[in-house]
Amino acid sequence: MTVAVSILPEQQLAALNAAYRKAVARKRLRLSAGFTLFVAALIVASIGAEVNLRTFFTYFGNFVSYFNRILTLDSGQRVWTDLGEWFWGLHKWLKLLGETLLISYVGTLIGAVLAFLLNFFSAENTSPASWLRFTVRRLLEFARTVPGIVFALIFVMAFGLGPVAGVLAIAIHSTGALGKQFSEIVENADMKPVEGIRSTGASWVSCMRFAILPQVSAGYASYALLRFEINVREASVMGFVGAGGIGQELIVAIRKFYYSDVSAILVTIIVTVFLIDITTGWVRGRLFGKEARN
Amino acid sequence: MNKPQDVNTEELRARYPDVFGRPASARLATPAMLIAALAIFVFGLVDLDFSPARFISGLSQLGWISMMMMPPDPGSSLPLYLKALGETLSIALLGTTLAALLALPVSLLAARNIVPNIVRFPVRRFLDSIRGVDTLIWALVWINVVGLGPFAGVLAIAVADFGAFGKLFSEAIEGADQKQVEGIRASGGSALHEIRFGLMPQVLPVIAGQVLYFIESNTRSATIIGIVGAGGIGLQLAEQIRVLEWQKVSFLILMILVAVAGIDFISGKLRFAIIGKRAVA
Repeated sequence: MTVAVSILPEQQLAALNAAYRKAVARKRLRLSAGFTLFVAALIVASIGAEVNLRTFFTYFGNFVSYFNRILTLDSGQRVWTDLGEWFWGLHKWLKLLGETLLISYVGTLIGAVLAFLLNFFSAENTSPASWLRFTVRRLLEFARTVPGIVFALIFVMAFGLGPVAGVLAIAIHSTGALGKQFSEIVENADMKPVEGIRSTGASWVSCMRFAILPQVSAGYASYALLRFEINVREASVMGFVGAGGIGQELIVAIRKFYYSDVSAILVTIIVTVFLIDITTGWVRGRLFGKEARN
Repeated sequence: MNKPQDVNTEELRARYPDVFGRPASARLATPAMLIAALAIFVFGLVDLDFSPARFISGLSQLGWISMMMMPPDPGSSLPLYLKALGETLSIALLGTTLAALLALPVSLLAARNIVPNIVRFPVRRFLDSIRGVDTLIWALVWINVVGLGPFAGVLAIAVADFGAFGKLFSEAIEGADQKQVEGIRASGGSALHEIRFGLMPQVLPVIAGQVLYFIESNTRSATIIGIVGAGGIGLQLAEQIRVLEWQKVSFLILMILVAVAGIDFISGKLRFAIIGKRAVA
């Protein structure tokens, strides 16, 4: 069966074609203008960041050979031929990893409790006064914009070297991040139960406790678990500034060129992070059903 | 009005045993979890040396430091700090762009609808392990390779984000509509044509949104990689903290806050311009 495709008359076709070309040309112009701007920004940035391709290509071999070196034992053999020698400090590292996990656990818990106390004040629908909401929001913004490691640097000066500074830095950063996420959950909560409770003459605290909290507590727990996952990574580098955990050992190994130690510590960190991810994913799945897993 | 029904509790009890007699394990689960969480918390406090005396003396130190921070004052080094801030923004922009360019081809190899599982699985694990290593650690590695300075920071952010982008892009590709790809194939296009004309038009806006979002979040990461010597404002910040110049420290922190807010604003506008009012996270 043949189907006749009707072709428009020449004149009409020409007009349509011209309109089409014009539309496409305008789009292309906008795209290329944006692209030019972007490339210009990149060029300015590469001057600012002292990009030097000559150094890069001269020393790129170092990058490859660095991995070659961290995978070689002092005896000149590949690391995986002698696991005992590669992980010679496993006992010490596991202890520091345990400390790292504790830092992130305690920090996350403190942060979650503070965020819990603050989030009702920063949520649009439950905040008792708008000046209070404004203040709490700015406070939370400050806490999550300043990077955790900057807080750690300052706290190391105040509280001395050691895990206390790391815990507090993680706690503050988590307060900021969780406070925002928590208050977003509260903003999505159904307000009818609040009206119901308020109509019985209950105070603001009772409204929060009996109307909002039952709706949001599962979401809180889910976000707190996710934050714990993120904080484990964060805590693994807190030691770089002397705030406890495995990072201390890692930076010493990197700075002093203990090559095989670097790879061994990195492997233990990656495996731990991986295990924590799986465990918290499983816990979240168990607690809140499959849909909450991501 | 009907009277309240006579409730035969015994009968209800027999009919709904789950409601009335929840097994002890179910009733105790929540308190047990809370107690366990609290026990680990207390153990953590003790194990990590949280003594009240230390905490209080630390707090008073902190109060003293905050007093010293007021008012923020750059002294005579304002031009130096502005240059460092520019360096930080450059690091974020270049690092993210580089990562996106590198990750795009690799993400095709990690997408289920492009390559068979036997290719996808190792590529995914490779990207996972890159992501498992923090940006700061990559910065230390690159400092060993190209020396101290912002260039090491660019490469560190590029590598760390390469892992994240590879995963995000491949998920975007997996989520793309297959019908358009089939259309290209039906009209006789090769595998490359399918990717170029079937997939890319669907995926690019999503990718552009993610890249902008990462430039935003990398402005934050770029402020800290200076702490290990990879250039930018973090270097100045760490130095001023070490020499206890608290007024300069607070000024630098303010600069970071303003810069991050500015970048947030610009990239928010751009994101909406590119992809419309669709949420990207």
